[in-house]
Amino acid sequence: MPKDSGIGASSKRREDVRFLTGAGQYTDDINIHGQAYVHFLRSSIAHGRLNGVDTSTAETMPGVVRIFTGSDFEGVGGLPCGWQVTDRHGEPMQEPAHPVLAQGKVRHVGDPIAAIIADSPSQAIDAAEAIVVDLEELPAVVDMKEAVKNGATKVHDDLTSNLCYDWGFVEENKDAVGEAFEQAAHVTTLELVNQRLVANPMEPRVAIGNYNRANDESTLYTTSQNPHVIRLLMGAFVLGIPEHKLRVVAPDVGGGFGTKIFHYAEEAFCTFAARQINRAVKWTCSRSEAFMSDAHGRDHVTKIELALDADNNFTAIRTDTLANMGAYLSTFAPSVPTWLHGTLMAGNYKTPLIYVNVKAVFTNTVAVDAYRGAGRPEATFQLERLIDKTARELGVDPIALRRQNFITKFPYATPVAVEYDTGDYVATMDKLEQIADLSGFEARRKKSEADGQLRGLGINCYIEACGIAPSALVGQLGARAGLYDAATVRVNATGTISVMVGAHSHGQGHETSFPQVVAEMLGIDEGMIDIVHGDSSKIPFGMGTYGSRSIAVCGSAMVRATEKIITKAKKIASHLLEASEADIELKDGQFNVIGTDKSCAWGDVTLAAYVPHNYPLEEIEPGLEETAFYDPSNFTYPAGAYACEVEVDPATGKVTIERFSAADDFGNVINPMIVSGQVHGGIGQGIGQALLEHGIYDENGQLLSGSYMDYAMPRASDVPFFEVDHSCQTPCTHNPLGVKGCGEAGAIGTPPAVVNAVIDALHSGGHTHVTHIDMPVSPSRVWSAING
Amino acid sequence: MYNFEFVKPLSVADAVSALSDDGAQALGGGQTLIPTMKQRLASPDILVSLANIVEMRGVKHFSGNVTIGGATTHEAVAAADAFAGLTTLAGNIGDPAVRNRGTIGGSLANNDPAACYPAAALATGATITTNSRDIAADDYFQGMFTTALEEGEIITSVTMPIPEASNYQKFDQPASRFALVGVFVAKYAEGVRVAVTGASEDGVFRWSEAEVALSANFSADAIANLSLDASGMIKDLHGSKEYRANLVKVLTGRAVGLAS
Repeated sequence: MPKDSGIGASSKRREDVRFLTGAGQYTDDINIHGQAYVHFLRSSIAHGRLNGVDTSTAETMPGVVRIFTGSDFEGVGGLPCGWQVTDRHGEPMQEPAHPVLAQGKVRHVGDPIAAIIADSPSQAIDAAEAIVVDLEELPAVVDMKEAVKNGATKVHDDLTSNLCYDWGFVEENKDAVGEAFEQAAHVTTLELVNQRLVANPMEPRVAIGNYNRANDESTLYTTSQNPHVIRLLMGAFVLGIPEHKLRVVAPDVGGGFGTKIFHYAEEAFCTFAARQINRAVKWTCSRSEAFMSDAHGRDHVTKIELALDADNNFTAIRTDTLANMGAYLSTFAPSVPTWLHGTLMAGNYKTPLIYVNVKAVFTNTVAVDAYRGAGRPEATFQLERLIDKTARELGVDPIALRRQNFITKFPYATPVAVEYDTGDYVATMDKLEQIADLSGFEARRKKSEADGQLRGLGINCYIEACGIAPSALVGQLGARAGLYDAATVRVNATGTISVMVGAHSHGQGHETSFPQVVAEMLGIDEGMIDIVHGDSSKIPFGMGTYGSRSIAVCGSAMVRATEKIITKAKKIASHLLEASEADIELKDGQFNVIGTDKSCAWGDVTLAAYVPHNYPLEEIEPGLEETAFYDPSNFTYPAGAYACEVEVDPATGKVTIERFSAADDFGNVINPMIVSGQVHGGIGQGIGQALLEHGIYDENGQLLSGSYMDYAMPRASDVPFFEVDHSCQTPCTHNPLGVKGCGEAGAIGTPPAVVNAVIDALHSGGHTHVTHIDMPVSPSRVWSAING
Repeated sequence: MYNFEFVKPLSVADAVSALSDDGAQALGGGQTLIPTMKQRLASPDILVSLANIVEMRGVKHFSGNVTIGGATTHEAVAAADAFAGLTTLAGNIGDPAVRNRGTIGGSLANNDPAACYPAAALATGATITTNSRDIAADDYFQGMFTTALEEGEIITSVTMPIPEASNYQKFDQPASRFALVGVFVAKYAEGVRVAVTGASEDGVFRWSEAEVALSANFSADAIANLSLDASGMIKDLHGSKEYRANLVKVLTGRAVGLAS
């Protein structure tokens, strides 16, 4: 019987009432009396020497308050990178400067050259047109393979080359992996592209800087997934504002998908400029501007090889990847192709030897950083496309080949540094075969063939590392921050509760699911509990929301704080009930003396804590508020099996997804409805990558798909109804809720399933020369592959 | 967007007069012009809205023809259900917001190479009526974004002979959902006309070989052995010249099969 409240209940998303009735409070809804508006004049070329910026005419134009250029930021810090990678030879990565406004050179289309502050947005734009920029165009470096050649034009003149790092993982395994390939009975090789994506959250970025001269306090309102991280990075590394004089607020945020993790130049600019002009400064990004200034995702080119023995057991994996960093290092960019990618290369399989090489490359393109899944989709795509190709080469069933090589004993230490605590890949595959009705596939294929369509089935297994992340481990790996989280549970006198959480909710439904946990622990109504998030002045600290970490890390902190509350409340109850503390139980919101009919209500105890007339003041303090910080001891490892069925129209190459099924193991689930919603969204995004989306530059560094006229977003009509199941649950062994995280699974698990299905469909139609099609698998690419 | 004057004449005569001003620009539904102005790529001094001219709105049937006012929205054309191909075409332009603002006159005056209406006008041999003259569709379309219209000339209506059977097949460009290729087939007693949009560097065109073959035998088989020269086709992110040439043939065959 489904529960109607607490852990495991599909409580309706309470935040949706304001979102669906237009009552949300987004950053752009905030207006500060007397605010000015900033417009950024951005480079229209990909690479050029910036010889001068003449603002003299523009400064005289109506409404112009002040114009800033790169020279105004010479004494100010640049945008920091939060993760350092050490290369194969023990050297630190090359780390270029990243000024707030361009200095000396522009390095991608969209690089900000000047910032015009005016009384109105249109006055700022008018003035921008009057600025004369002396730019000497340089050859653009766009293609990664060209960028790493000797003698290539350098994106950063002060670096030795365009190579950020050459990373080997695990370097000590390299020779053993090479030997395994020499001894292999079969080797399958695949070269593929994981294309550049533009995140496109529904709400574009916005930043408002405000300054209060009375107390020397700065406030930044921003579209962020992690306001405390922005406060730390911007305050300490860019502007030199101490934390107690800097408040960062991220109110309702309309989708992040990773691209709102990072600290951006516009945030630093608005905060800086507000102090300079003693007036609030607001920036609202247009969609066109978002395409050229939001960090992009993916953009890997990979060669991957799999070695097998004569019995089809996987013996070794070897990969070579070029990973695009873009023109500058975004906040977490170096970690994505390395520690979020190489560590996942074992997948769900007991391959004993793995070697991953990643060369990160600077190009004259927008910076690339984490995007839903971040490194893990790239790892899964390579591995699962390769296994599919291997099965076809060997003439074996792709599901049987996977099952044969599944990891079945846990904990399992992979050869790529991580240890999976738990999982059951056989169970999710069994579940998948059932919900996807795989036994009925051949009949469905015959029916499609009768209609002149090619039907294909694609299978994919994935594993991801979520609950980011154990601080001690990531510190060794180069992270320049801890990745714990924090929560304060504030019980009010009448028993209602505010929980201040470091995780930020921007679509994940935390305002519903987090109270479910506290309600379950205390046995009180969910409606008595609210969470507070997104404001550095209201919550103790927080590392934010990304990497499917919120419930696993911040939720664990909330559990720890609630446990402290329960301990203290029981002490108070034992006093009120004149019983021994050990005899007190908290059940259904009531404190009982075990074995008696004596009890008092939750509200009696909370009131006593704040009106302590009858209270053990000599033993405990009044009040009922507790804080906990939680640092996980390991990642969590959600895993699952996905199946996609497509129809391909051989005459046009159009792919239609007819059926999509997902069997996930997220460990324990707090709110099944929200989890299903997260999986639906992830699958939608995965289908977007597989079939539609492509951030593509021409050889001059112009973004050809720089608007919705050419960048294809998935729409409702592009996706079928999904069969999703998360009843296979192997609880995480190291966090108190046994949860693993569900936010990225769909985006990780989907693309290989779709592409595998398309290849299967083409083979069923006799087009057996087609072994791979790069994403997006567009109609023209499919048709060209068939007719190629 | 730059500042501009905005006028809303109530008659064609007043609109023509307003458009005689230097720097004046006619505004239909604004589905192309307004985004262009927002990007500061167009800066008319005076915008002359045609939306309030009652005589330019509506769909009328008259002795085997349908006449559509130049300011009639796509939604109104779809709802009028004049003939099968036109109803399908109008009902699948853009999204509901576009269909409730965009007009047939605006679309034909702009002559975007990927727009749908030019295919219908050319395939039906429509007459494009302006404030000063009638122009045959075969003379009207003169290449991408180029038409026979003179400066300040307004499309007041479009008259299409109603075909015995018709169909429009549109293959969506995945991002914009304009026609990557669109084919309009119209069958008349005197022969079949086939017009293609989205495919050619010269804009909408008639596929004459297919028209001859289909006039003799109105079935997909009739064009099975034809092939279209890919050399003049558009090549972009979403498809090669050869891919577009293939789509023209595939969609023509499907349109014939589905014509009603």
